[in-house]
Amino acid sequence: MSVPALEVEGLARHYGEREALSDVSLTLGAGQTLVVFGPNGAGKTTLLRVLASLLRPHAGEVRVLGSRLPDEAWAVRGRVGLLGHEPLLYRELTARENLRYHARLHGVGEERVTELLEAVAMTGRCNEPLRTLSRGMVQRVAVARAVLHDPLLLLLDEPTSNLDPAAVELVAPLIGRGSPRTRVICSHDPGGGLAQADLVLGLRAGRPALLRSAAQVTPSDIAELYR
Amino acid sequence: MRRTVAALLRKELLVELRTLESVPGMSLFAVTTFVVFHFALNRSSVEGDLASGILWVTLLFAAILGVNRLFVADADQGGFDGFLLAPVDRSAMLVAKALTLLAYLVVLELVAVPAFALLLLGPPLGGAMPDLVGVLLLGDLGVAAVGTLVAALAVRTRARDLLGPLLALPLLVPIVIGGARATSPLFALAHPAGPAARWLLTLGLYDLVFGLIAYAVFDFLLED
Amino acid sequence: MSSPSRPASGAAETSQRPRGGGALYGSGLRTLSIATVAVMTLGLALVFFYAPLEAEQGFLQKIFYVHVPLAIVALGGFVIGGLLAIQHLRTRDPRWDMRSYVAIHMSLIFGVGALITGSIWAKGSWGHWWVWNEPTLVSFLIVFLLYATYQPLRFAIEDPERQARYASVFAITAGAFVPMNFIAVRLSTAYLHPRVLGGTSSLPGSMALTFMVCLAGIALLFATLCKYELTAKHTRAQVRALRRRLAGESATTQARRPRSAAPTLNPAATMSARAAGRPG
Repeated sequence: MSVPALEVEGLARHYGEREALSDVSLTLGAGQTLVVFGPNGAGKTTLLRVLASLLRPHAGEVRVLGSRLPDEAWAVRGRVGLLGHEPLLYRELTARENLRYHARLHGVGEERVTELLEAVAMTGRCNEPLRTLSRGMVQRVAVARAVLHDPLLLLLDEPTSNLDPAAVELVAPLIGRGSPRTRVICSHDPGGGLAQADLVLGLRAGRPALLRSAAQVTPSDIAELYR
Repeated sequence: MRRTVAALLRKELLVELRTLESVPGMSLFAVTTFVVFHFALNRSSVEGDLASGILWVTLLFAAILGVNRLFVADADQGGFDGFLLAPVDRSAMLVAKALTLLAYLVVLELVAVPAFALLLLGPPLGGAMPDLVGVLLLGDLGVAAVGTLVAALAVRTRARDLLGPLLALPLLVPIVIGGARATSPLFALAHPAGPAARWLLTLGLYDLVFGLIAYAVFDFLLED
Repeated sequence: MSSPSRPASGAAETSQRPRGGGALYGSGLRTLSIATVAVMTLGLALVFFYAPLEAEQGFLQKIFYVHVPLAIVALGGFVIGGLLAIQHLRTRDPRWDMRSYVAIHMSLIFGVGALITGSIWAKGSWGHWWVWNEPTLVSFLIVFLLYATYQPLRFAIEDPERQARYASVFAITAGAFVPMNFIAVRLSTAYLHPRVLGGTSSLPGSMALTFMVCLAGIALLFATLCKYELTAKHTRAQVRALRRRLAGESATTQARRPRSAAPTLNPAATMSARAAGRPG
């Protein structure tokens, strides 16, 4: 694929009079992984939500998978998978019902739901309401939801924060290093995050403080961001 | 679009059946309110204008309870994002939610109207039923459209339980006017008659205008 | 909005060359103010010295020349607020939201005036401070109760962009509600209110003239006050932006502004909106 997965130029988004993001520019090739570091409130989640087409850019150019935001946002939906802080699942419904609902929204068949429940090892408890499950299990179902429609681009906000190491291994082929998809990951873990990155972006107060290919970044560069 | 609305409806009904948050509460509220009215007015039976007014006010306040709960599950459990990320027509959420609210209102009335006839209404309902059903349905359509819009407006604000009723009540006054005036001849003790055409037209006009407006502006409420 | 208005408008004019969309920049404010004062003075003069005393209601009837224009202008302001809100949703330019907010906010104030003068008139004419059987006053009350929720609604939303968007949705819905409600209430109440809107042709010439002039005066007052408020808000926003620029890097540590129901103009944002070629 010759079209880069992400082309961002001068992206800005303000929250009233405060700049949540300003002057963010980057290009990410297909199949590559971008890891975003930065202290809380630096704009990582905002950036992710803009790329997911949930927030409109206030200035600058953003192209996701070749489609311009916000005008062509409709083309982006369905090709992007978001795993944020919220699992985006209904607590009263079971895992299977939740996934079925999302499957119907995305025009995906029941077999895919079964397939993914197996992939995240939730087949055993897929018929119990989510509120009876542990946080880690809910997160696994959330991972299944995020990749249910086979998105080309994955947007992950600290995806493994609620998972034990075994679970992290389990979901690796879906959202981890083993996944063939283009990924943007927000991370607080310099070591683990760097290991997965092709490109590193460091945000501070909405501005890009660091943008380099992963090979040229050391953990101390990342620690600088948090100072 | 139809497929999306169907998927949304299935999810709505599943959640409601599991939690039973809205419908039982609305129905119980209506019946209790009739009892309260009995004591407040110190009357054993009402008819005509008074009966009509009591019925519509009670239905209105019970509807507001439903309106308050309509989007809460979605707002609190991140359901908006899940829907917004899907490649679907966003107006499907308005249609699905309005149909859901309409269904709640119908069930509410299935409980409240017999309760009303039993507890408070003087004249027998019998022959007036078809007319009553028609007027109630016209009113319900308007409440469903405006209620869904107000629910979406209020749910992601700080004082969501207060703002919902404060916004909805003035907006629904024309429905109360049209509905109460239309049904008061049905409840008359002497010479019961059918509803006057002008009130049906008022209700119909309201349903049309606000249905269109809700359709036009709803999508703007869904964005983050 | 009180005494230092002339110098402020002059400063705003010279420091910011308006690039179109002049309602925010204080240009023409002086002319508008003079026109308003002139027409209102003329109107008052006509009311007291020209318009004849009405046979039944006597001197109190003269309140009609204040009450009805206030009501008409307030209702018009609400509907205009809705139209401005449509523009906001179409263009996403926050300046339309500012205009919509000011129009509705001002209409609410004029609306209070209309209700008070209407109540005085009712007391004088029919002996009660409030009457239910005149549809204009009643439907006005309902509209007023609805719009009274506008500011609490705005105040309850912290994200300024979402606040503006939700407020616009409200303004459009409520704007459509105004005529709808009027029709419904009119149908339902016995007709008691002296027919004014449809019947200015039935008013004797002198009364009609006085009425028209008063209506024009109040409409001009509305426009002037709105323009003042818009100019004041914009100027304040510019001052804040300059202060921020002076503060430089420490901008992130500035004290957070308290939550407000009023939209804030972000001059940087509106200028970038213009630069991006968006209309407005």
